Amino acid sequence: MEERIMLKGSVALAEGALTAGCRYYFGYPITPQNDIPEYLSLHMPERGGVFIQAESEVASINMLLGAAAAGARAMTSSSGPGISLMQEGLSYMAGSELPCVVVNITRSGPGLGGISPTQGDYKQATCGGGHGDYYLIVLAPSSVQEMYDLTIRGFELADKYRNPVMILGDAILGQMKEPVTLRDAKPVTYDKPWALTGPKGRKPQLVKSLYLKDGEMEVHNWKLAEKYRRLAEEDTMVEVDEDADADIAVVAYGSCARIVISAVEMAREEGIRVSRIRPITLYPFPSGEIRRVSEKVGRFLTVEMNTGQMVRDVRLSVAPGCDVRLLARPGGAIPTPQQILAEIRKALE
Amino acid sequence: MKQVFKRPETLIKTTTHFCPGCHHGTVHRLVAEAIDRLGVREDTIGVAGVGCGVFLYDYLAVDVCEAPHGRAPAVATGIKRVNPEKIVFTYQGDGDLASIGMSEVVHTANRGENITVIFVNNSVYGMTGGQMAPTTLLGQQTTTSPRGRDFHYDGYPIRMAEMLATLEGVAFAARVAVDKPANLRKAKQAVNTAFEMQAKNMGFTFVELLSACPTNWYMTPLAALRRIEEEMIPYYPLGIFRQRKAADYL
Amino acid sequence: MLYDVIMAGFGGQGVLLIGDLLAFAAMREGRQVTWMPAYGVEMRGGAANCTVIISDRKIGSPLSVEPAALIAMSQPGLVKFRERVRPGGLMVINTSLADPESVARNDVEVVGLPANEIATEELNDPKNANMVVLGAFITKSGAVSFEKTLDSLSAFLPPERQRLAEGIARALQRGKLFAQEGR
Ligand SMILES: Cc1ncc(C[n+]2csc(CCOP(=O)(O)OP(=O)(O)O)c2C)c(N)n1
Ligand code: SF4
Repeated sequence: MEERIMLKGSVALAEGALTAGCRYYFGYPITPQNDIPEYLSLHMPERGGVFIQAESEVASINMLLGAAAAGARAMTSSSGPGISLMQEGLSYMAGSELPCVVVNITRSGPGLGGISPTQGDYKQATCGGGHGDYYLIVLAPSSVQEMYDLTIRGFELADKYRNPVMILGDAILGQMKEPVTLRDAKPVTYDKPWALTGPKGRKPQLVKSLYLKDGEMEVHNWKLAEKYRRLAEEDTMVEVDEDADADIAVVAYGSCARIVISAVEMAREEGIRVSRIRPITLYPFPSGEIRRVSEKVGRFLTVEMNTGQMVRDVRLSVAPGCDVRLLARPGGAIPTPQQILAEIRKALE
Repeated sequence: MKQVFKRPETLIKTTTHFCPGCHHGTVHRLVAEAIDRLGVREDTIGVAGVGCGVFLYDYLAVDVCEAPHGRAPAVATGIKRVNPEKIVFTYQGDGDLASIGMSEVVHTANRGENITVIFVNNSVYGMTGGQMAPTTLLGQQTTTSPRGRDFHYDGYPIRMAEMLATLEGVAFAARVAVDKPANLRKAKQAVNTAFEMQAKNMGFTFVELLSACPTNWYMTPLAALRRIEEEMIPYYPLGIFRQRKAADYL
Repeated sequence: MLYDVIMAGFGGQGVLLIGDLLAFAAMREGRQVTWMPAYGVEMRGGAANCTVIISDRKIGSPLSVEPAALIAMSQPGLVKFRERVRPGGLMVINTSLADPESVARNDVEVVGLPANEIATEELNDPKNANMVVLGAFITKSGAVSFEKTLDSLSAFLPPERQRLAEGIARALQRGKLFAQEGR
């Protein structure tokens, strides 16, 4: 099935979930991601799945916890305030080592904020978001094709590492239509001997995150840490469009990275030597690649739709002495290619 | 000539953002009139739930605090405990109050918190584009119940006024409609009573108003009025389900 | 080659739909394409617009600051975007609801056609005013092949709307004729 079809980002994402074998969706309405539950309320039952509109995001994430504990591939989607309400559940799921996919089609904040595209949730997503020593695996699609592909990948990674995965999109990626090629290949699945299915013919099993005995919690934390180390080693994803003689490298992710593509094209037309780096996994952050490029390029420009969140990770990654600048547009404002180009020129003065 | 229809002082003179035939404007007016009637505009604090009524502060000349979705009764509790002598009310839709905010409204009612809750039941999520609400009628098509609400999957529409009326902390629980003059008169009385009882420190007061959302019912305003009468009222009976007398309380 | 167009009007005029059809036709030509609607809490009848970008290469930003063309279905749509069209660009204006005189620029090509009148009076099909405009736009801009657009109609429409194909094709043809003959 190599045919291209025109799909909206949120529909591509929902199709990705169905392709990945997700048959359980729990969610609560919130703009700008309502296309996802609306699409799945129609199509999930058609494919033999379950769609529940939960009474709140707190309920959604805990329904997800239950479905994941029972061994199913399950998903929820939300935005801003709804994602905040899910943090307790996410922390429990990370602690209990339960896989799931949570989609955040962001809206600007804090508070009720606005519904325009933003990258203001970078911090929340990449630092775990809830209480305790854990991380989410965070994937940042940048095209409608990736809304589909990375959702499938997200389910695979969730199961591989037994950890919640967050897909971080925004209203641009959710609303935009682009040609998409749907996959025929089967998604990778993993055995789940730990799933709660009733102790028939085996010892009773337990899903929990409570560790009260002496030293037990530390052992558990180190076990999780080792998992995150392996994740970084095996599954960090990044796109690098490198000019071997670049004078500057521009870093951006998600929809913002699309605008950077246009800016970099314009810069190259002017004869400016520039490399472009797009983190695809925001956690684990592609520090290695950024370090490698920074050994050769002394100047970096980070472009973000917030007041400057990813720039901290970039600064921690680059080689000593590398000058890292920031172009930041918060609150739903979108940088233009012209603005980014001007910033590139300024950095090279 | 005697002026019979005038804008309440509490109602700010402006055009609203509501769709044609939306009843939020009507309910705003009832609240404004009740506040005017008690002469307490300068002593009133509203708490806006998240929904099409969130812009309360654009229309009512009272202090307003925005609450996170569903949490208005908790926010109002905080405000009332700090200002026990002020009039405090929440303004909430059915998604806000009966879904995500179910816990807050039940516990606030149960504590007998001396506030007034204005509950606009239009049987859908208006602001987010017509998704199913806990109050959506069986068979009603919404953007997340495309085949019509089916109790096998989605449960039954919740009757909030009756449910809250079972709680001892509740002083007043009523359901009214704003679809036609006779009902509107009763609605006005109910809202007045609720605010008045709050002013007399009688406890938690609750008014549910059956209202139209023509946009997400995919109907003309006129057809929406008919739907209130023909479909909503039969399932959501009008009436007062609990009314504490001053004597019981004292 | 990269071609970008903004289409603007109000809700219910089918502005997003003609953007969709244009993008679909471009995809069927094997090109890269993005379709980006303006979204918001706009209530019914509010403004609606979308941006379509067609290119032979991977497309960066799905938004355009200075588009090559504007399709204005309404006066507010025209006013909102008229300054942004690139010099040398194209404006196709529905003169039934927007005034081409108000463009006040001589560095763009302006094509005006009374699409609502044409659709209502000539075609007896008021809903397809948007398609009349699209037909004229495709003919003038060459953004996609007119014939390929016609060919892609049946694949574009969902099964339950196939019966609309004929009317749309007629409206597109009428727009093409207007673009060629000025009437
Ligand atoms: C935590 C959280 N979840 C979801 C939302 C999105 N949201 C905004 S308004 C609304 C519901 C509106 O419906 P209702 O309360 O019935 O009020 P109406 O608009 O119909 O008056 C929702 C779910 C939000 N703002 N916060
Ligand atoms: S969407 Fe419904 S509730 Fe909201 S303003 Fe329009 S009619 Fe009123």
